[in-house]
Amino acid sequence: MKSSRNVMTFAGGIHPHGDGKSLSCYTPVQTAPLLDKYLVILAQNAGKAPVPVVKKGDTVKKYQLLAQADGVISANLHSPTSGVVSDIREIQGTMGVPTPAIEITSDGLDEGASPFDPITDWKNVDVEQLKQRVVEAGIVGMGGASFPTHVKLSPPEGKTVDTLILNGAECEPYLTADHRLMQEFPEKVIRGAAIFGRILNIKNIFVGVEINKLDAIAALEHYAEEYGVKVAYLRVRYPQGSEKQLINAITGRTVKSGTLPMDAGCVVQNVATCAALDDAVTLGIPLVERIVTVTGEVVVHPGNFKLKIGTPALEAVRFAGGITEEPGKLVFGGPMMGFAQRSFQVPVCKNTSGILLIPQKQAYNFESSGCIHCGRCVQGCPMHLVPCLLSTAIEAGRFDLAEANHVMDCMECGSCAYVCPDHRPLVQNVRRAKAELRKQMNANKEK
Amino acid sequence: MTLYTALIVMGLLGLTLGAIIGVFVKLFKVEQDNRAELALELLPGANCGGCGKAGCADFARALAAGEVMPGNCPVSSLEQRAAIALALEIDAGSVARKQAVVCCRADIGAEEMNYNGIQDCNAANLVAGGPTTCRYGCLGLGSCARVCPFGAIEIIGRVAVVHPELCTGCGQCARICPRNVIKMVPANANIHVYCNSPEKAAVKRSLCKAGCLGCRKCEKLLPGKIKFDGLLAVVDYDATDAITPADIEKCNCPVHGIMTEKERCAVAREAAGGKRV
Repeated sequence: MKSSRNVMTFAGGIHPHGDGKSLSCYTPVQTAPLLDKYLVILAQNAGKAPVPVVKKGDTVKKYQLLAQADGVISANLHSPTSGVVSDIREIQGTMGVPTPAIEITSDGLDEGASPFDPITDWKNVDVEQLKQRVVEAGIVGMGGASFPTHVKLSPPEGKTVDTLILNGAECEPYLTADHRLMQEFPEKVIRGAAIFGRILNIKNIFVGVEINKLDAIAALEHYAEEYGVKVAYLRVRYPQGSEKQLINAITGRTVKSGTLPMDAGCVVQNVATCAALDDAVTLGIPLVERIVTVTGEVVVHPGNFKLKIGTPALEAVRFAGGITEEPGKLVFGGPMMGFAQRSFQVPVCKNTSGILLIPQKQAYNFESSGCIHCGRCVQGCPMHLVPCLLSTAIEAGRFDLAEANHVMDCMECGSCAYVCPDHRPLVQNVRRAKAELRKQMNANKEK
Repeated sequence: MTLYTALIVMGLLGLTLGAIIGVFVKLFKVEQDNRAELALELLPGANCGGCGKAGCADFARALAAGEVMPGNCPVSSLEQRAAIALALEIDAGSVARKQAVVCCRADIGAEEMNYNGIQDCNAANLVAGGPTTCRYGCLGLGSCARVCPFGAIEIIGRVAVVHPELCTGCGQCARICPRNVIKMVPANANIHVYCNSPEKAAVKRSLCKAGCLGCRKCEKLLPGKIKFDGLLAVVDYDATDAITPADIEKCNCPVHGIMTEKERCAVAREAAGGKRV
């Protein structure tokens, strides 16, 4: 590595002790074998769920449209394999509540032609054609928020966007899906970024990678110059991969409270989203599979798998060799911001970057007595909030006080709870306040 | 001499100013209404918010202004209402007294997940849809018990139970419950269906042994006393012929979901091993 390169970061944040990445970061991406059944959840994007266009008993080909986007903030959904739509029913969703899903029974052939024409000459075609492809292919942000990507590609009038940042920080402990993606398919990532740059008419493109992934950086730099992309080195710090922190680290700009990254002239895309866009444009295939890290101390062979959307967690764990002991928790995503699941039947969605099994001895009950005002959470908060104050206010039912202290700016990264010596449930308190404030806001609207 | 001058001057000044004050008091007299204070003294003073006002003082002000009637206070007894009506010389109004009932028997039937977060129902309900397998049942973390101004709710084992003799029907518990499992029913009713899940029987049965199966046996045997809300049986509280303990035996519910309040309390205590939690 060139030592003269500037390693960038932001103020605040934490460094998780023992990030668990070495469990899976050396295993190359494996393609999972075909399953009998896939459960494709309809609501895989932020906003409105798409409307199914198939019905029970229909025969579907791979890549065939299963559900049509409903409105602007919604995304198309395609079949991960060929087979029969055996059922459309409610199943346990990734957020713990039942949600409608399409069950596809595979015919074992996994065949289907790419439904769109590959656009090889993407450098010269009409931008609208590329935008249309993003909509058709049902691409959503694959970092976790699953926001429909095409919405980010149409800046409103009056907002000028001059910088595109690719998020390859992958600051979440344990997750290595983006790491392996950047290392093994660097051209896809960089080309996808260049296509995004072409759509948004941006020349200033960065890909931010934490410097614990030097092999990935080397792979990216091999292609970076060819497509006019710059690789930004980031310090290993959590939450470096958060949108606002990433913008601050690379450009020095601050996204003000209550505004969007677009207001600071930036658009941030996850590296996996870029790779999916590259597939959609140059190969003409929609988003039906993604790289998922299946990991945890209790997994026999932790690794990274190319899983079809709709693969149940149980099968994913089976691909990784099963478990050595009964896990304490099943988490979709990383240990810091991931969501605990109710059942092993919950399927992989477009935004599932990891399936993490936490051992029983780590999933224990925390005993918490009270805030000792040590201020470690204040030091750790990347949004410069005062989590101890928020938490005490919320516990006393003073949601108005929490709102006045910008509880809505909290992104629930968990840095404060991680460093709290009393193990206070700071993030859960914040979530409670946010839910309460949203409820009040809706009630006021109805009035 | 100097002393007398000072006395006369000060005396005259005092008289003049006193006269001015006297005139102004008469001119700018504000008609005071002590009816609000009178009403406040007669109200229960729990500040529970059951009437929809900010508290008893606010309700008393509204009473004096004629915006509400004494009967709008759900907590007050009939005697208290009559006393207020008499004192303010207004109509007492007739609003039936209510009471809360927790329509769930999760302590006997439902499975629970491993939850190690904040011991508060509203916070717990946000984590993967709540720590109980049934998404409609009581969470048993006691948000309702903490908010009750009358101490009428007890958490027995892992389920909240309302003590009807203490409940005044202010509705605070029903408002804070994230699962809407607390129902406000007429105060004289003491037999209820203890299930809140609108799911199909097969789904419910896989989650809880005590859930209403929707078999409609009770509806057939006790016509007019039990009605159906979708797949869930509910006691018809408006029925002219109210349900009696004899009816419970006659109906013999396969999951024993229809019970008197006393029986419910005893069952909960037995399930909790007789200990208070």
